Amino acid sequence: MRHIISILLENEPGALSRVVGLFAQRGYNIETLTVAPTEDPTLSRLTMTTHGDDRKIEQITKQLNKLIEVVKLVDLSEGQHIERELMLIKVKAVGAQRAEIKRTADIFRGQIVDVSPSVYTIQLTGATDKLEAFIEAIGAAQVLETVRTGVSGISRGEKVLSI
Amino acid sequence: MELLSGGDMLVRALHEAGVEYIYGYPGGSLLHVYDAVYKQSAVKHVLVRHEQAAAHMADGYARATGKPGVVMVTSGPGATNTITGIATAFTDSIPMVVISGQVMSHLVGDDAFQETDMLGVSRPVVKHSFSVRRPEEIPELVAKAFYIASTGRPGPVVIDIPKDMTMPNERYEYVYPKKVKLRSYTPPQRGHSGQIKKAVELLVKAKRPVIYSGGGVVIDGSSDKLRELVDRLDFPCTSTLMGLGAYPGTADRFVGMLGMHGTYEANMVMHHADVILAVGARFDDRVTNATSKFCPDAKIIHIDIDPSSISKTITADVPIVGPVGNVLDEMMALLDEAGEAPNTDAIASWWKQINEWRPRHAMRFDKNDNGLMKPQEVIQGLWEATKGDAYVTSDVGQHQMFAAQYYKFDKPNRWINSGGLGTMGFGFPAAMGIKLNFPDHDVVCVTGEGSIQMNIQEMSTCLQYGIPVKIVCLNNGSLGMVRQWQDMNYEGRHSNSYMQSLPDFVKLAEAYGHVGIQVKTRDELPQALEDALVKYKDRLVFLDVAVDPEEHVYPMQVPMGSMRDMWLSKTERT
Repeated sequence: MRHIISILLENEPGALSRVVGLFAQRGYNIETLTVAPTEDPTLSRLTMTTHGDDRKIEQITKQLNKLIEVVKLVDLSEGQHIERELMLIKVKAVGAQRAEIKRTADIFRGQIVDVSPSVYTIQLTGATDKLEAFIEAIGAAQVLETVRTGVSGISRGEKVLSI
Repeated sequence: MELLSGGDMLVRALHEAGVEYIYGYPGGSLLHVYDAVYKQSAVKHVLVRHEQAAAHMADGYARATGKPGVVMVTSGPGATNTITGIATAFTDSIPMVVISGQVMSHLVGDDAFQETDMLGVSRPVVKHSFSVRRPEEIPELVAKAFYIASTGRPGPVVIDIPKDMTMPNERYEYVYPKKVKLRSYTPPQRGHSGQIKKAVELLVKAKRPVIYSGGGVVIDGSSDKLRELVDRLDFPCTSTLMGLGAYPGTADRFVGMLGMHGTYEANMVMHHADVILAVGARFDDRVTNATSKFCPDAKIIHIDIDPSSISKTITADVPIVGPVGNVLDEMMALLDEAGEAPNTDAIASWWKQINEWRPRHAMRFDKNDNGLMKPQEVIQGLWEATKGDAYVTSDVGQHQMFAAQYYKFDKPNRWINSGGLGTMGFGFPAAMGIKLNFPDHDVVCVTGEGSIQMNIQEMSTCLQYGIPVKIVCLNNGSLGMVRQWQDMNYEGRHSNSYMQSLPDFVKLAEAYGHVGIQVKTRDELPQALEDALVKYKDRLVFLDVAVDPEEHVYPMQVPMGSMRDMWLSKTERT
């Protein structure tokens, strides 16, 4: 099953390499990884998605918790949460396609952020499956380039991940 | 306010952390620090001949005392040479602090002379690591390193120090923190009471219980509590390789080591148990055999300070995260409170069953008629000669298993071996680290002619510092455990498992300024041991003991089988 693990990490040099190294060392898979400082500059928030059965995910969270620089950790997929990913996508846009692509982008609440005579660059935000649905709707043949931030997530309601 | 250079701060902080000995080797990036070492006498430095040995010395010291061992090495090759030693300590949860030099900060990343990314290289095998970025943070980092290394599940911590952090002419205010606090690191202080209660309920109802004790009991210094619980409940106790001595090896309730080379009765007890209380053990693959066939009827209570050890390989029915000693205390308090006792009838019939298993193998082995000893005989002779009270270190292989099986350890911290990583070359330097700190005790390294050659250069260090360890080399002219597996699984094709051109170990010991004694037959052993331990009490003695190369270690679990599937000899299988 897919899990979204969210971590508050000491904002120290080398901290990220310990997290990433742990995954490599123990044969865990990282599908997406995002990391940036939080409102408290001594802390980074790191979100990663990974796959595994319950036993594996339990080991992953326990091993991550053992890292000295991991301050707090939550498996967002255990509860109600919001997940978002941002994608920038360049698609071929010529002739009649231009209008069609614009319409599709509108349906997905995407924004065209750059325009050239034959290319649209679209910005799209949403859960991973929405971004994938958009690529499918546009048609893989039209896609020139994609870049995705990886998943960020946060719990719904009152629950917060903070120290 | 006291102003000190980074180098002086480091040495002073080590002293404040309680360090008496540093094991190390100097080099360019640490010269300022070595100058600081020279200018004081509170912290003594032992100059090894290879940095790997420095790490094993510190490790041996830590295993015998429970306190962190300290290693100091220069950048580049000095640092990388310690990696095997760090990994050895990491796998067995041994507290260690490693100070590694680093090139000047402004050169880091430029592939400078003797530069290596020590934090990167060591990352998978340390509990934590630090790089010094400002000289004035050195005392705080030292205090943190010792705190992290020695609390929770202990382990090695590296402090990497660029040379410019230790400049002799740049002085800063020295403040050693009175207390260390890390917001992201809080080792568990006690177990969950509800879980402990559940565990006690299971224990008193058990009909075929066993207490499976591991290295965590030794590390936590909780042997007394383990003994009390075992004796109170009258349960059989087995131990992992790492836990030997926590419960007395000669006591009747001890059924021997379990696992791959465990006793017949220990593995049978485990297999047939209905409740297993695992204390500071981690269900390692050398213990469980095939996990799918592991102890089919057992409810498992697992006490460990490291939550990631619980339900990693074998799912625990009652997981208890906490320090072993504390949890055992609470268990006994609950037993007192409830006034409950185990079912004595059931326990009596369980013991009857166990005592029927005991004679089946009874660690027997055949002796040769021609006087050439079996390795087991040598260990038995050593046990008698040292009255079972020596610190015994070992390397890795057959001799290690024979030592574990035949030297009955009655005290914790006496059996010192690289159980997890299986590091050849560990035993001799580990013995040195112990002997230096316990000069009045017999410290014996049981080794083989293969392993001893991996750090044999340390005989020179022993002469320099007067470290009279005793080396008992079981010489069978081959890498015995490799050979055993080749006999059993590769139709006896001994690919690269025998040693030609072995040195004359007696002459080699003499060349290093020590005593060498050759033992070829059974008759010669008692006198040789007596000479080594008494006549040459204050000398390093190398006993080169010829043993039968055909001997295998038994019992041996059948690969991919259950706990009870064992070879008991070359021809007998359960």
